[in-house]
Amino acid sequence: MSIDQHGLDPSADGTAALVAEDRPPRSLLRSLLRNPFAIASLAYILLIVVVAILCPWIAPFPPNKTDLSAVNAPPFTGGHLFGADASGRDILSRLMWGSQQTIIACVLVLTVALILGGISGLIAGYYRGRTEAVASFVSDVAQSLPGIVMLIALYSLIGPNIPAAMAIFGVIVAPSFYRLVRSVVVAVRNELYIDAAKVVGLSDARIVGRHVLSAVRAPVIVQSAFVLATAVAILAGVDFLGLGDPSQPSWGRVLSDAFNNIYTNPANVIWPSLVITLMILSFILLGNALRDTLQASFRSATLRPGRRRTLARSAQDERVAGVNDLTPPQDVILAIRGLKIGYPTSNDEVREVVHGVDLDVRKGEIHGLVGESGSGKSQLAFSTLGILPREAVILGGSIFFEGKDLLADPARMRAARGRKIGYVPQEPMSNLDPSFTIGAQLTHGLRAATGLSKSDARTKLLALLARVGIADPERLMRLYPHEISGGMAQRVLICGAVAADPELIVADEPTTALDVTVQAEVLELLRELSRERGLAMVIVTHNLGVVADICDTVSVMKDGRIVERNDVDTLFAAPADPYTRDLLVSSRQVELMEAEDG
Amino acid sequence: MAEPLLSVTDLVVRYGGRRGGKTVIDGVSLDLNAGETVSLVGESGSGKTTIGRAILGLAPVTGGTIQFRGQKIDNIPRSRRRQIARDLQVIFQDPYSSLNPSMTVESILAEPLRAAGVTAGRDRVRELLDAVGLPADAGRRYPREFSGGQRQRIAIARALALEPSVIVCDEPTSALDVTTQARVLALLADIQKATGVAYLFISHDLGVVHAISDRIAVLNSGQIVELGDARQIVSRPQHPYTRRLLMAAPVADPPRQRAKRAQRLALLQRDAPEEPAAPHDAVA
Repeated sequence: MSIDQHGLDPSADGTAALVAEDRPPRSLLRSLLRNPFAIASLAYILLIVVVAILCPWIAPFPPNKTDLSAVNAPPFTGGHLFGADASGRDILSRLMWGSQQTIIACVLVLTVALILGGISGLIAGYYRGRTEAVASFVSDVAQSLPGIVMLIALYSLIGPNIPAAMAIFGVIVAPSFYRLVRSVVVAVRNELYIDAAKVVGLSDARIVGRHVLSAVRAPVIVQSAFVLATAVAILAGVDFLGLGDPSQPSWGRVLSDAFNNIYTNPANVIWPSLVITLMILSFILLGNALRDTLQASFRSATLRPGRRRTLARSAQDERVAGVNDLTPPQDVILAIRGLKIGYPTSNDEVREVVHGVDLDVRKGEIHGLVGESGSGKSQLAFSTLGILPREAVILGGSIFFEGKDLLADPARMRAARGRKIGYVPQEPMSNLDPSFTIGAQLTHGLRAATGLSKSDARTKLLALLARVGIADPERLMRLYPHEISGGMAQRVLICGAVAADPELIVADEPTTALDVTVQAEVLELLRELSRERGLAMVIVTHNLGVVADICDTVSVMKDGRIVERNDVDTLFAAPADPYTRDLLVSSRQVELMEAEDG
Repeated sequence: MAEPLLSVTDLVVRYGGRRGGKTVIDGVSLDLNAGETVSLVGESGSGKTTIGRAILGLAPVTGGTIQFRGQKIDNIPRSRRRQIARDLQVIFQDPYSSLNPSMTVESILAEPLRAAGVTAGRDRVRELLDAVGLPADAGRRYPREFSGGQRQRIAIARALALEPSVIVCDEPTSALDVTTQARVLALLADIQKATGVAYLFISHDLGVVHAISDRIAVLNSGQIVELGDARQIVSRPQHPYTRRLLMAAPVADPPRQRAKRAQRLALLQRDAPEEPAAPHDAVA
């Protein structure tokens, strides 16, 4: 189901008011600092960096200074805050000096991986073709190499050389950047703004620099945090195994020394483990926080559950009190009274987008609901089916179907939907599940709605598919959605909507996605079905030509209100509301007037 | 008549190469003169967008030639293509994906100027915004702050930045509301009057096309089935496919639409042996 994509903003055109959204894009850092985990992680990482830089001046002892009087000194004694190891070396100082190596290793891994993976990903994703095939092959090979085994093998070749080992590790993790960057670039290069940049005459390098990089930036930052976490772990592991330079202090080596001495002085294991674990944890938490922040802008506001309940209850109370009470005329099948729909703008605020709408649809009548995007027409249609988006709130009003209020009882809504009220959506293709055959989907839907046996459902559907103009229904039932055209798919969905013998069809822009010739056929089909079965229909559309073609009565919606309703001939011949006139004038400016000279 | 500005001769576009390739455009020829509007109309899959993209160098040209001011512009290197960019611009259908969401309107509009090495800067941007009826302070904002119609105005301003002589308009109004659509079409017409730019207008909507075109080419399955004066195509269509298209487009006037529908059904019945029958006829 697709909701009007700009459904919620007042999309008045250009010269009129600009959509007010004065909030500047918040800086990444500032929104990051709202997350306590991010603050703690950043603080810890920053502390390690500062210590790494300043340790020649602030470390209490040189890294390899042994003090035989302090062998295995417990913590907090003799100026050894964290104690001393088996050779009498100060553990705190060694950890401080070790942070230098950690930071250098992090920078090395990240630089190598970013340069290799990032650049090859950009090139492969942007140019595709053979470049991509080669780069992906190399990346797959690199990724299949077991990292730690490689580093151990490397040790036998180059000896204890941590920078070289970390650079190699950078090469090994480069594929993770390559794959990420490539997939983002592949998605972005199909954007029209890239085409526009080409047409405007930008060189490839500039297109990548200006348009592609900005799209890649966020995911790469997040990925970097996770790669750094791995780098810290790998570095500590390599040092722990004793593959590092023994003369150089490092976290892994401190841990390894403590481990060898664990029976004499078990407490010493705590300090290096703590430092390493916190560093890894910080990078991971920071990565998570970055991801949340960078993606937060795409999340819409949601209402507090308590607030939502209050609003729902007050609407329900009104219903019970009979505010919208009604004894509808005999032939009115759908009567909407005072319907109000809102969307949350924050945890507590709700903006009303449909303001108390009334609507009557008689048996067998085809009712057009016309309006522009953002007018609330789709909201109205969805609410009669109970398929409003999750965050929408019904603030009041009733929907009487065959005299009973659907909103008062969710069970009643469920019973009506699909059985008494059928739905024909706007995008036929996205409303068919690509992994099931047409036959399976239709049969499943019909059986769920009516409880028919499988063979009965099938027989009924075959007859109905023939009725909606499918030449070979048997064959069509075996096809998958991607094997049929859009027009065909819409016929299938109409068939599905009609199959359970509903009284009312709600069609949301049923022909907007179709070609004009197919549109004419689908409209013809809807009209015939309505006549044959006495079906009432609500057709939501922005196309006045469609309304003129198929509808008996029309309601014109603007900004969440119905501004005019009438039978179709009167409305088109003598529009009363200025907005209706405006719509008609605009529509006639861009429509065929072949009668004028023929 | 003077030499046409843009001339497409026997254009063939094939996708897929050696095995199982698909011919999308099959021998299309078309001229566009200075200051004129020629429209390509067709349904989805007719290849109308591909022709526009081939002219802009965004789709591969398998056969035939495209000439601009007498010079061949198909299959030329990107560097040569950049030189003619000044003269050949585009407005895309979807104003949501044709503007980079992370750039301000000002930098979007300055981009073509920079690419061409022009350093006119802010004044020119303000001029462009003015030309498309957007307020001067729009430059500091981001595309997401604008509605569909406003975004399409930004896209038009970008196309105008280098004062091109041809703009390919690829369904520029089909994503817009009807009142907005009318305003954007009026804007395009005003710009043509003021600058003498020629439009190659691509659309599926004969009504829109009729309102703006001098000549119309009707496309079906990668071929032009009818090409002629806009009034003639609409009032005296020669090809059955054109007639079907015309008959299918509904008009916003119930009595006339009823007459038209009756006419369409009669036409379908008459053409039945030649055209694939409308499916409901087969059953009824």
